[in-house]
Amino acid sequence: MVYQSFLIKYAEIGTKGKNRYLFEDALIRQIKNALRRVDGRFSISKESGRIYVQAESDYDYDEVIEALQRVFGIAWICPMLQIEDKDFDHIRQVVTEYIKEAYPDRHFTFKVDSRRADKTYPIHSEEMNRQLGEAILDACPETSVDVHKPQVLLKVEVRKVVNIYSLMIPGPGGMPVGTNGKAMLLLSGGIDSPVAGYMIAKRGVKIDAVYFHAPPYTSDRAKQKVVDLAKLVARYSGPIPLAIVNFTDIQLYIYEQCPHEELTIIMRRYMMRIAEELAKKMDSLALITGESIGQVASQTVQSLAATNEVCTMPVFRPLIGFDKQEIIDISEKIGTFETSIQPYEDCCTIFVAKHPVIKPNLNMIRKSELNLQEKIDEMVKEAIDSAELVWCE
Amino acid sequence: MEAYFDNAATTRVLDSVRDIVVKAMTEDYGNPSAKHRKGMEAEEYIRRARAIIAGTLKVPEKEILFTSGGSESNNMALIGGALANRRAGNHLITTAVEHPSVYNPMAYLEELGFEITYLPVDHNGHISLEQLKEAVRPDTILVSVMYVNNEVGAVEPVEEIARIVKERNPAALFHVDAIQAYGKYVIRPKKQGIDLMSVSGHKIHGPKGVGFLYIRSGVKIRPLIYGGGQQGNLRSGTENVPGVAGLGEAARVMYENHQEKLDRITALKDYMTDRLGEIEGAVVNSRKGAESAPQIVSVSFEGVRSEVLLHALEDRGIYVSSGSACSSHHPGVSGTLKGIGLEQRYLDATVRISFGLFNRMEEIDYCIDTLKELLPVLRRYRRG
Repeated sequence: MVYQSFLIKYAEIGTKGKNRYLFEDALIRQIKNALRRVDGRFSISKESGRIYVQAESDYDYDEVIEALQRVFGIAWICPMLQIEDKDFDHIRQVVTEYIKEAYPDRHFTFKVDSRRADKTYPIHSEEMNRQLGEAILDACPETSVDVHKPQVLLKVEVRKVVNIYSLMIPGPGGMPVGTNGKAMLLLSGGIDSPVAGYMIAKRGVKIDAVYFHAPPYTSDRAKQKVVDLAKLVARYSGPIPLAIVNFTDIQLYIYEQCPHEELTIIMRRYMMRIAEELAKKMDSLALITGESIGQVASQTVQSLAATNEVCTMPVFRPLIGFDKQEIIDISEKIGTFETSIQPYEDCCTIFVAKHPVIKPNLNMIRKSELNLQEKIDEMVKEAIDSAELVWCE
Repeated sequence: MEAYFDNAATTRVLDSVRDIVVKAMTEDYGNPSAKHRKGMEAEEYIRRARAIIAGTLKVPEKEILFTSGGSESNNMALIGGALANRRAGNHLITTAVEHPSVYNPMAYLEELGFEITYLPVDHNGHISLEQLKEAVRPDTILVSVMYVNNEVGAVEPVEEIARIVKERNPAALFHVDAIQAYGKYVIRPKKQGIDLMSVSGHKIHGPKGVGFLYIRSGVKIRPLIYGGGQQGNLRSGTENVPGVAGLGEAARVMYENHQEKLDRITALKDYMTDRLGEIEGAVVNSRKGAESAPQIVSVSFEGVRSEVLLHALEDRGIYVSSGSACSSHHPGVSGTLKGIGLEQRYLDATVRISFGLFNRMEEIDYCIDTLKELLPVLRRYRRG
């Protein structure tokens, strides 16, 4: 069966009162973006609180569903048959054929749920339910009706045209990207940060990203891996501008001037400082990290407090209470896991101490940072000014 | 300046190779099996390449089988050889320092129920002939040894190995992975007692995706690829005419004025080895002159991680490879560096510098100058 139209159902954005149209328009924009990368021509329309996608040419069904399943804000995707001829005999014929084709295994229970948005239509909904139900039972005697818990709920809606559908394919949920401002993701190349970006984008937030590159200690392949990850997240979030900061000099300077076991914490404090500056420059309102309490030495509560201290922007840590396996499950679901586990070193581990501090003392950290006074501001400025911007989509 | 010192990984193709590949792709593009003239013209490229290669080895032309490269040749020799001779026995022998394209087919054969003996090597990378003698049994069907080790350039005594194998068990096949040796050494399979030998095109300034397997007549091999019956039913699939033509041309050039080319590459190796002596904390694992392969220098730099050094050199246009990177992702595979007993602190600090026809002496000077500049900086910052 070839479906020519899809009904897009959205959940949360339906509740936004007078701003509702903003959300709907954003959702339509995101659907358009998603379908632009799919073979075929499509038109998208909004009609009394509903969004329809119409195929205007041949298309690949699985490819379209997959693309729509990456658009945040979509709760359900319903492939529909749409007919213009409202003659009831015609409707009956299409409905029975649809059921036969969509459910080749005839052993199921069903219920017909008809609606007349067009109140001039001569047959009432109750009557339609009854007659269509009979027609299905006649055509497929193995089926039976269950009005309480049907396995197949067949919707027949008489509007300007007649919509017939029963399949409900789950969308990703969340809110359309672009309805909730913009935040900057610290992307490392590991498993966690792409998942963190995905989760914040799911709440409608546009994503920018920053990666700290440390040549020759990290390779161009490690950089390419981060670009690849940004592109994978961009399938959900839309295009991500990725700032690549050369961090080598700062890292080596910290290495020379500060106690080795504090290196990671101090380094991360400078990453946060640089990320915040870049965020301001690029109009982001918050930072996003993939941190999760206790995962590594630099993510103990004490360490998190120490890195958090340097910025004034809110820092979103959507994975903060997640176990590693839970994070891996999401990364597998969104398709970033395979890329994340490629074995290239990132700059957090290259000089890691054998016994890094796990309960950093803020006063001591601040004191150590005084050793950097002479050159660090200039170096940070240089790192920000020389950041390379890569457009990831 | 750019200095490409990773010729053991792959080489730049010769201009004459490029020309013949382009010609075979754009002018004489027929299917060599086609009955018309276009097909015959294409077939002619294959005949010519086969004749050239057979000439470099002094073997009959029909003993050359074209493949997709070194890995396929090794797979075919081992898996095809083992399966075809299963009735004669169940035992194979190889060394602990083979390339993954030998090691992994062996692991596969082990899964199929074959028994494999892995011979260890000494600090020079050589197997012990005594141990070999003990390992060969009446049910040994195949012995596979690499001619030149790809990581440290150690050269195995192929002729003696063949003699011992045949003495102990005349029916056992002797396979040589000559991927790093062909083009560098004059090889005479008949004289040296080689039954099967793998060669790759892109290590000798030929194209990637093409190589050959020498198969002595009379040796039974099961094909890996079944289809239209090309190449005497041993390897189906339309022949890679441009690739084969390029391989033939590369072989021709490598063995033209061969001694002069060999001397030139050996001189590069020896000069590099000498000049590395100027660098503090540099330990050369390969040998000078004829004691190891002419194109490979293996060197460890104390206190510098090879991968970091590799990227720092790459920044200056110098391309080398990090010795054990390839094996370090395969736990269980005993890398050559471990195999030769390199100290733990050097395992992660070893790079391979390998030469080809395009390298010049100035590039070595540039490399040494760059190393002298980079190493002190890199040694200042260490992990842990």
